Amino acid sequence: MKPVAFDYASATDAPTAFMALKDHAGSARLMAGGQSLGPMLNLRLARPALIVDVSRTAALRGVTQTADAIIYGASITHAEVEDGIVPDATPGWMADVARHIAYRAIRNRGTLGGSLAHADPAADWVNVLTALDACVELKGPTGSRTLLLEHFFMGPFTTALALDEMIEAIVVPRRDATASWGYEKFCRKVGDFSQASAAVLIDPARGQTRVLLGAIEAAPILLNNAEALISGHASVVDAVSKALPERSVEANALHVQAVVRAIAKALAAGART
Amino acid sequence: MNVPLKPGGVGASLPRLEDDRHLRGRGRFVGDIKLPGMLDVAFVRSPLAHARVHGIAKPAGFEASVFVHADLKGVSGIRADSGLAGFRSSIEPVLSYEKVRYVGEPLAACVADGRAAAEDIAELVSLNLEALPAVHDMTKARDADAPLLHETWSENVFLEAFVDTKFDVSAPSADVKISHTMRTSRQSMCPIEGRGVVAYWDNHVEQIVLYSSTQMPHIVRTGLAECLGLPEGKVRVVAPDVGGGFGYKGILLREEVCLAYLAMHLRRPMRWIEDRREHLTGNANCREHHYEISGYAKADGTLVAVDCEAIVDSGAYSIYPFSACLESAQVPSILPGPYQFEGFRCRTWSVATNKPPIVPYRGVARTGVCFAIEVLMDTLARKIGMDPVEFRLRNLVRPEQMPFTNITKKLFDSGDYPEALKRAAAAINNDSIRARQKAGEPDGRRIGLGYSIYCEQGAHGTSVYAGWGIPMVPGFEQASMRLTPDGGVEIRVGVHSHGQGLETTLAQVARELLGVSPSTVKVIHGDTALTPYSTGTWGSRCMVMAGGAVASACDILAGRIKTLAGHLLQADASTILLADGLASSASGSISIADIARTWYRRPQDLPAGFDPAGLEVTQGYKTLRDSGTFSYAAHAVVLAVDTTTGTIEILDYVIVEDGGVLINPMIVDGQVYGGTAQGLGSAMYEEMRYDAAGQPLASTLADYHLPGACEVPSIRLLHMETPSPISYFGQKGIGEGGAIAPPAAIANAVNDALAEFGVEMLELPITPDRIRAKLAAAQRHTAQVTAP
Repeated sequence: MKPVAFDYASATDAPTAFMALKDHAGSARLMAGGQSLGPMLNLRLARPALIVDVSRTAALRGVTQTADAIIYGASITHAEVEDGIVPDATPGWMADVARHIAYRAIRNRGTLGGSLAHADPAADWVNVLTALDACVELKGPTGSRTLLLEHFFMGPFTTALALDEMIEAIVVPRRDATASWGYEKFCRKVGDFSQASAAVLIDPARGQTRVLLGAIEAAPILLNNAEALISGHASVVDAVSKALPERSVEANALHVQAVVRAIAKALAAGART
Repeated sequence: MNVPLKPGGVGASLPRLEDDRHLRGRGRFVGDIKLPGMLDVAFVRSPLAHARVHGIAKPAGFEASVFVHADLKGVSGIRADSGLAGFRSSIEPVLSYEKVRYVGEPLAACVADGRAAAEDIAELVSLNLEALPAVHDMTKARDADAPLLHETWSENVFLEAFVDTKFDVSAPSADVKISHTMRTSRQSMCPIEGRGVVAYWDNHVEQIVLYSSTQMPHIVRTGLAECLGLPEGKVRVVAPDVGGGFGYKGILLREEVCLAYLAMHLRRPMRWIEDRREHLTGNANCREHHYEISGYAKADGTLVAVDCEAIVDSGAYSIYPFSACLESAQVPSILPGPYQFEGFRCRTWSVATNKPPIVPYRGVARTGVCFAIEVLMDTLARKIGMDPVEFRLRNLVRPEQMPFTNITKKLFDSGDYPEALKRAAAAINNDSIRARQKAGEPDGRRIGLGYSIYCEQGAHGTSVYAGWGIPMVPGFEQASMRLTPDGGVEIRVGVHSHGQGLETTLAQVARELLGVSPSTVKVIHGDTALTPYSTGTWGSRCMVMAGGAVASACDILAGRIKTLAGHLLQADASTILLADGLASSASGSISIADIARTWYRRPQDLPAGFDPAGLEVTQGYKTLRDSGTFSYAAHAVVLAVDTTTGTIEILDYVIVEDGGVLINPMIVDGQVYGGTAQGLGSAMYEEMRYDAAGQPLASTLADYHLPGACEVPSIRLLHMETPSPISYFGQKGIGEGGAIAPPAAIANAVNDALAEFGVEMLELPITPDRIRAKLAAAQRHTAQVTAP
């Protein structure tokens, strides 16, 4: 399969990208790493008239550090997180997640912003960055806005991003060594999209405890009663059943195990510190 | 006819001579070929599995760029009948017109400058199809109400076969009987390079020249000439570098016929390169079997009888040249494997379904058959309460019985099967694994140990294939040899090398027999204009058959070199030895280069009346018997099953292999590793599902799971070497073996791990989902039984 013909523009700066989006409202697509859009083009599932390449857009390639968070440009690649080329807002958790995304060839090109915009429910960043309470900075013709990721994802492959908006940056709150983290995903093979995933964040310093259920046919779900689930006072089976009521207990087995194991990892990590 | 081996020749792990160009990306595959004025072809393929074709409308403005059946004037469809009694014939139209019988079947060819532009046109072609109910499940294909694929047939069966050897008198003596319903999944072979064709008309030689990613250029030439109505002299087929075959490229393609026609009639070079989506959706064409199998054994561990009904899902058409029945004909003949027992009954149906036509994949039916019989052996052992290794040892053919004719008249040439199994058990640390299982795992996972053993008939020839009556019967394999004027050696063979390393191993044969350095040997293959006829590369035959042909030609060429040397050295030719590029006698030596120079460039130095035969030889070869070489291996695997997730981790994998004399042990190792990776794909990952309408449910490699480097364990490979008494050097065909045993070994190990739950995995691939489902079902069953 070869793509339908399209025009190509490389946006070296953000205003150029905006202009292109505005001029081709609805028929232009941003491409950063192209690891999701590329196959969609080849399969002729995506047929934009214009591809705006933002992989080299300076404004999207930067990293800003504040006392409270690290702000990653949307075109930072998975490999740059994996290799420590950009600082990690967490005690190494993000680099570890990045190391297990797909294959290195994909990590070399795929970007944080691209992954979030594509919003595949099984994608690592979709779930991990939501669990880490990150938000996205969106820029559109009428200005900028910031959205928590838990509000950004509307469903599978669906986000709050308007047609003329782009993700400019991802704001990830800093986590220190007193926090602990567990992430579990089940894949048929290394590099595959996960069939079930879960992430657990325990951050006493910020007073945050989060248990996220991912790789479902919906936006990621933050489970209620996170503290009770972690302490064992609430049933993970019940929590997952409640979150995914349309599925049988047997069908939820992998998701239950993902949560159980993510909790165990987080507790084990907490015990070590 | 075993000959002493020379260092550097036969038996040397010589690095592959062809690797230099491949590792530098300098190979030349079909996709690398660019000809002036070349156009690309995109096919309009059927979106429905079964439909009547009422019309194909060419888009306005593109009438001259779109070709349908009626445009291919004088072109015949592809027909591959078997001579077996009761075979039902089908014809694959080059472009389908009255009916379509599977998703992906080509209906129209669109020609444009560039593939994307051709696809743009293809999108505009409008199809008027009347959907018909589809046959998607082979077990329902013979139902009275099943829709007929081929309406002149009485049922959807290409061929039904039945064998019975003393079953009724043997089975009653058994103490235990086990029955299994088993199935293997439909797979896509997924060579790294798909199919591809470039065709052009050569005005100079007045030939259609077809570059194709094929394993058998001579067979394609014959088939192409028949379909196009041309004499073979007007057809030249070239297989350039080919990126893996595995059987996928062992057929005549409709696309080959179509492109040849278009190139002839438009007088422009034409190109079609299969993409991965075409491959997955239109060509998932192998492996799908269903077994109802029963084993009968005595309490002392004697296997008494095997009874089997097997269905092979042969898809919609019979393919050229192997027909729709190779696989189902194999099942009853190879099911007994290396075991001896008294009674055997087997009925097979090769059924037609609305899926791509079945094509023999590495191992052909052996992978499914090995899975069926070897899992049955383990269940019987459990039932009897005997160790599975012990049970097998009681029933395997023994070395002192060789040559051995088994219950289906297969003639085993040589081997020590019990020893291979014993070595595998020792290498996998059978006893300590059993102790570890008793102790249990700290993480709660269950450890399983599984074995499988098989035999691989390779290089079988005329008598075996003549009985099937398919369009191709292998006879004498030929090789041409030529000493070049500078003393180099050219070898020309009609087989094709696409990963097998024949450019190296055939050079090693020349090194062995002519005493020349492999670096001075050039192996030429893959071009019908340059090589002698051959049925090509399939059936683990090349090193035995082409290797034997090259050796036979070398013997004749060596004699001629010695005659020349004898004259030039004034010595008795029979005393001349060839080694290190020299012909030597007691009185002196002369280089082979000087001998060649004399013959070609200084003939005035030869006396009148000298033997005119010259330094070019074409020689045919057959093994001493054409019943095939039998290589074999025992596989042993230790794995851990997580019963909460169904996840399998392979902890250890041992193979004890016997391929007779190994021409190049390193290349053999590579063949075994690669085959095993594919076998693990069959065992644990690969599956093309179809819905009830016959729609394939995976169209990209994100949905069709192939094992990758991370999924293939480090395999510990041990060798035995029992020479074949029927081949030139004692070598045996080993190309397919790795892909045969893994599903059985993995299944046995998983079933061993899950025995305490009363769960057996009898369907491939063995996935975490299937394991969890079986465990949950067993749990529900237990709960019901124990409920008050």
